Parts: sequence; C-alpha cells; structure tokens
Amino acid sequence: MTADDLDLLYSDVEQDLRSAVRDLLTDRCPASSVLARCDSDTPYDLGLWRTLAVQLGLAGLLVPEKLGGQGASAREVGVVLEELGGAVAPVPFLGSAVLATSALLGCDTGDGRVAALLGRLASGESTAALAVPLSTAPGGAFPTGVRVDADGVLSGRVTSVADATVADALVVPAVGPDGPALYEVAADMPGVRIAAATPLDLTRPIADIEFEAAAGGLLAGARTATAALDGALLTGAGLLASEQLGVAQWCLDETVNHLGQRRQFGRVVGSFQALKHRLADVWLEVVSARAAARAAADALAKTAPDTALLVAVAQAYCAPVAVRAAEECVQLHGGIGMTWEHPAHLYLKRAKASEIALGTPGRHRAALAALADLPAAG
Amino acid sequence: MTTTDRTGPDAAELRRRVRALLDTHDPAATERLEFLRARFDAGLAWVHFPPGLGGLGAPRALQGVVDAELAAAGAPDNDPRRIGIGLGMAAPTILRYGTDGQRGRFLRPLWLGEEVWCQLFSEPGAGSDLAGLATRAVRDGDEWVVTGQKVWTSNAHNARWAILIARTDPEAPKHRGITYFICDMTDPGVEVRPLRQITGEAEFNEVFLTEVRIPDTLRLGEVGDGWRVAQTTLMNERMAIGGLALPREGGMIGGAVATWRERPELRTPELHDRLLRLWVDSEVARLSTQRVRQQLAMGAPGPEGSGMKLAFARLNQAISGLELELLGEDGLRYGDWTNNRPETVDFYGRDAGYRYLRAKGNSIEGGTSEILRNIIAERVLGLPSEPRTDKDVAWKDLPR
Ligand SMILES: Cc1cc2nc3c(=O)[nH]c(=O)nc-3n(C[C@H](O)[C@H](O)[C@H](O)COP(=O)(O)OP(=O)(O)OC[C@H]3O[C@@H](n4cnc5c(N)ncnc54)[C@H](O)[C@@H]3O)c2cc1C
Repeated sequence: MTADDLDLLYSDVEQDLRSAVRDLLTDRCPASSVLARCDSDTPYDLGLWRTLAVQLGLAGLLVPEKLGGQGASAREVGVVLEELGGAVAPVPFLGSAVLATSALLGCDTGDGRVAALLGRLASGESTAALAVPLSTAPGGAFPTGVRVDADGVLSGRVTSVADATVADALVVPAVGPDGPALYEVAADMPGVRIAAATPLDLTRPIADIEFEAAAGGLLAGARTATAALDGALLTGAGLLASEQLGVAQWCLDETVNHLGQRRQFGRVVGSFQALKHRLADVWLEVVSARAAARAAADALAKTAPDTALLVAVAQAYCAPVAVRAAEECVQLHGGIGMTWEHPAHLYLKRAKASEIALGTPGRHRAALAALADLPAAG
Repeated sequence: MTTTDRTGPDAAELRRRVRALLDTHDPAATERLEFLRARFDAGLAWVHFPPGLGGLGAPRALQGVVDAELAAAGAPDNDPRRIGIGLGMAAPTILRYGTDGQRGRFLRPLWLGEEVWCQLFSEPGAGSDLAGLATRAVRDGDEWVVTGQKVWTSNAHNARWAILIARTDPEAPKHRGITYFICDMTDPGVEVRPLRQITGEAEFNEVFLTEVRIPDTLRLGEVGDGWRVAQTTLMNERMAIGGLALPREGGMIGGAVATWRERPELRTPELHDRLLRLWVDSEVARLSTQRVRQQLAMGAPGPEGSGMKLAFARLNQAISGLELELLGEDGLRYGDWTNNRPETVDFYGRDAGYRYLRAKGNSIEGGTSEILRNIIAERVLGLPSEPRTDKDVAWKDLPR
C-alpha cells in the first residue's frame, strides 16, 4: 500500500464528532475535577462515562449496527481518543470500548454469548475489561496465567489490568484442555477478586485480578482465540497512538500558552529563542505524530495489508512524542510544573504509562525488524 | 479540509486522461520531448495548475496518481533533479504573481526542461537576513539596471533564467524596498563563477551582476512588493525540498536499508537499533508530507512546509551518517573529489560519502534549520519575535 491510498485527514463527520466530545469534556471534565478525583476513592467519572457511552453512543463505535453499535470505524475511535487524551478523562473507554470490544469482534459474532455481550457493551449497559496486563504487546505468545478446565471454571492471576475495577464483565484469555480460549467472566462472580493497584497513571487505574474456581462462559475456542486477542492488542496499540497525540497536543498548547504570558527579565519568556526552538521541535513532533496516528487508524479501519506495520510505526513514534511533550511541559512551567495542583503531572503520568502500555517503543521497533525486513545482527 | 470537498477532476478522471494520452502517444514510439509536450498540453504536467498551463485544476495530492501511471507505462519524465528550482520555486511564483504574458511565455519551457532556472536571492551580506540585500535595481525608462553580487547560486552555470530580488528603494525600511524580477542569464552583465563545495564539485556559484538590463515586462509583482512575492518562492522552496512525495523507503533511507539487507556481515545490534529508529522516523516523515499535501489540496504551502524541511534535513543527516558507519572500512573511501560542475542537484545519488557531505547543506539551503524554527515558533505557535532594531529603519541607514 502506498501512502496515497491512506486518508490522513479528518472528515467533516469526524470533526463533528470531535466537537461533540470536546464540548462535553470542556463542560464536565475540567482539569480541576480530574485532579480532585485522583485523591478520592472514585477515580473514575462514571457519570461522564455513561454520557459518553449511552448518550453519545461512543461505546459502540466499533460495533456493527446489526449488533447494536454505531457501525463506525477505528478512524472515529481515534478522534474520540485524541479528545479523551487531551482531557486525561478518567473513563474506561480504552479498556472497554477498544480492547474488550475488539477482542469480542474477533470472536464469532454469530455466537449468542458474543453477540449479547457486544450488544450490552455497545449500548453502554455493561462495561468490560480485557484481562491482560496493560503492558502486553501485540504479536506475543498467548498468556498462560489463567487456566480453564473442561467445565469452564477458571483459576489463575492477571496483574495490571486497565479499567478492571469498573468493569462488570471480564474478557479473559485462558488456556484450557484444547488450548487458548477467551472466556466471559462476570466481575461479581464468586471466585473473582479484583484488587486495585496504586497506578503511576492516576487517570487510568489498573487492578490485579485473581480467579479461584470462577465460572466463565466460552467466547472463543482454540480456533479463534489467539487471533482475536492479538487483533485486539493490535487495534488497541494503533489507537493508543491517537490518545498519545491528544496528550502531546495538550502539553504543547498549554506550554505555548504559559510561555506567552510568563514574564522574566523584563520580557515574555516565550520570546527567548532557546525556548522557541524547543517548542518548534515539539510542534514538529506533534504534527508528525498526527500523521502517524491517522495512518494507523485509517489502516485499521480499512484492514489494509500493512496494518501491523503502520501500527508498529505509530506506537514506536507517538509514545515517545507524548512523553517528551509532557516532560517539556513540566520543565518549561518551572516550579508550577512540579506541583500537584497544576495538571501537567497528570499528562506526564499518562504519557509515561502509555509508553509502556501495549508494547514499549522498543518492542514495536523489534516487531518492525520482521515487518519491514530489517533483520537483526548475527 | 476533508477529502470529499475537493474540486476538479478526481483520480479516476485523471487515470482516464493518462490512458488517453498514452493511446495517442506511445512512450516507446514517441520522441522524449514530443511526449513531454503532449503531456503538458493534456494538463498532466502539474495537475493542480490551471488548464492551459499544464494543469487541470485538480488537487495537488493527485499528482502522484498521474506520475505513478506514467512511470508504470514507461513514459519519460522531465528529469526534475535538473530543473528543481524552476519547478519548485520559479513556477509557483510566476503562477501566483505573473502576468498572463509571463505565464504563457515561461511555464511550458520551464516544465519541459528546455529552460533551466536558478535563484538569485542570497548575497554575501544577506543570507538568513535576506531582506537586508544590497543588489541595486535602478529604473531607466522601460528597463531596470541591476548591479550587485549574489552567492551560493545553485545551477547558475546551467541556467537560462533566474528569479532575482533586488533593492529598488534604499530609503524604505528593508522589507519594503525590494522588487522581484526575472533575469536573463545570457545578459552580457551576468558573470557566473563556480564555487567549489564540501563534496568537491561546484554545484553552486557566485554571480556578479554588472549593469544587467531587465525590461520592466520581466518584473514579477508590484515595485516594492518583492519581499511578499519572495515569500511565495521561499514557502514553495521549503515544500519542494522537504515535502516531496516518496514511496516507502524512498529518499535517504533507501540506500541505508539496501546496504543493510545486502551485507549481513556489517550488522551490529547498536546499528540495528539506530536503523530501526531512523526507518520509523523516515516512514513518519513520509506520512507527514503526504498529510500536508492532502491538506493543501490546491492551496499554497504555508509554514507547515518549514516543518517538513526541518525533519527532512535532520533525517538526511542522521541516515547518511549512519550509512557511513555501517559501511565500516568502505566508509573510509570517497567516490570522486574532482571539481565537476554537475548538471543536477542530487541529494541521494553517488556514494555514501557524497550523500553524507551533501546532506550538510540540507539544513542551510532554503532557510537554515534555526530560521525555520523561528518561523514555526512565531508564525505557527504565535510566540513573540526577538526584539528587533532594524525593522522600521530606512535600509540605507542600517549598520552593515
Ligand atoms: C547547498 C546550498 C545551496 C544553496 N543554493 C542557493 C541558491 O540557489 N540561491 C540562493 O539564493 N541561495 C542559495 N543558498 C544560500 C542559503 O539560502 C543561505 O546559505 C542560507 O539562507 C543561510 O545564509 P548564510 O549562508 O548567509 O548564513 P547566516 O545567515 O550568516 O547564518 C550563519 C548561522 O547563523 C544562524 N542564524 C542566522 N540568523 C539567525 C537567527 N535570527 N536566529 C538563530 N540563528 C541564526 C544560521 O542558522 C547559521 O547557522 C544555498 C546554500 C547552500 C548551502
């Protein structure tokens, strides 16, 4: 595929979607309220999540209409993630509407259980989490931490699962007598213990999950489970780039804004060339990240033949851009950047945790060695 | 802007027109220049130009479709490396500011490569601060008499015409006393002397202008408005250098990955990691320029082109440096230091040593990377400009 076949822009419909999400977040998700939540025992804003999922129908973007969703594509999901990243909105969109939903879409959607869960997720009635460590990269071996017996009873442990504490359904990769499988397990099922961990990223909590003879329902058997899981991780990784773009763009805008007002030495600090050049470099990286993220989203939407390659490129590129933009944001705010009160740290924590999420940049570069035929030494 | 609200012919229509051209002009049986003329007259030269001037008023991003179809059919191209300054800088400026007469006279032979162009902007005393230029143009009836010295003029030794900026009003502040001209390089007052460069050859020149007579009909834009006209040239120059449409692994990365694949004995883990990083950066730069072209559709390039050029220079320098290291012992050798006067400006040709050295110019030519960062910070991000003392002072009173 040549770049000429990729549509790297936003359609009018996508821009309308962006405006709707942005208006809602401006109204309901100001930095002050996100910050206040971090110190509370309700880190998620479930009211906001309901509005996004039910009223705006965003939970079902990836789900076909006949299964109760919006029948949109990864392109629209990317736009939503840009906005959610820009607000570090504490909602389980990535875990439920992207990761768990994509895993289900990789199962046989003609199956009653799969279709029913997809319908509940799409309508916003249920929220799900994909029970893998958030750090899991696409293309790896099928996880073996959870075993399932012939009766569909699960035992084992999964750590650092994103968005699990607010999920009522878990999509669990488990190894059974026939090999890899995906199971649906209700979060309140006896034998399921979900323990919140203390997360680096305050706005995307993680949890450790223990299964002790918990009853599950089969979603995918050996024939489809591996591909379904890997497809979900690939979709998640590719779309996480859009969220990282949103984080980076916020950090750039906020820093430009601050440096345009702060005065020292009788001048606006933003008139010092050393700082202008640093911001110009961040701008260039953000512009480039936008192209990379749009390419991944468009490729996922079209199931382009080089999707895996474009996802790896987007992750390898966008993750460090978000980190750098956030680091520059902290540094160029001076002392304020170091405070709990200023939201910059929320973005830094999100950026750094996202760099680890769904494969580090190094993992994605290693994947490219094979995808782009650049074999390692020796 | 979206992909749906474009005007002009779409990709399918362009493909149809290419087929029609190929039907009447079999590339295998048609003389090169004759084919190129037919292509120009069919509006398939630069599709975003207006009909009658080699285009069809189509989105700029669709040029790739035409180029790919023609290349696949084995059609000759207009050897863009030979005429880069004409295509990338003179043509868009003539299109925007030229009279009908100037457009009709110059654009066709320019695109066909019958007439090569060069750019007489930089001077010994005016590089980054181009608006400080000192070459004088004095009105004499229907003509202008131009005297001064230009420098770093790429390809002047092959050029038939030049785009030139000169000072017409020394009493005005520096940005306001400049006028833009088309200069005949065969005028007896034009003297071109080669300047040997870092690669050994003399791709650029110094150009001495002594009472060169330019008819007023070869003025581009209004008298005193040359700085504004020059902005069109400079924006397009940055886009032309940094915004070229490339296939995956096109450009500088192509040579490095070819060596990597062909010579496993040279590979080390450290070089592998750097190569993968640069491969990612190259692919992202390629996507970014594609995105800018999609955004431009038919409009003129803005400061985004500065960003593309900045990325291009950084990448070319990093990749060509890596390539020499990768070559190891072979990297100790250089192709040829002979002081040639090349026909083309070639960033990717010749050997790795040449590419490494030529890439050093990428962060200087067309505006240095420092100046481009200033432009991005001020015009895109809206940060305040440096305190300036020279802006409202008559040019003649500035310290030099
Ligand atoms: C290979 C090559 C081909 C060229 N071809 C042409 C051509 O065909 N036609 C033409 O007209 N010109 C051409 N040029 C000239 C080119 O445009 C100038 O060299 C360039 O604009 C820089 O000007 P200068 O050389 O006078 O350097 P200076 O302006 O003297 O710059 C010296 C250093 O100071 C830095 N600097 C200057 N001002 C600032 C500032 N405000 N802030 C921060 N840093 C600053 C610069 O970035 C640079 O690093 C070519 C140059 C090269 C290298």
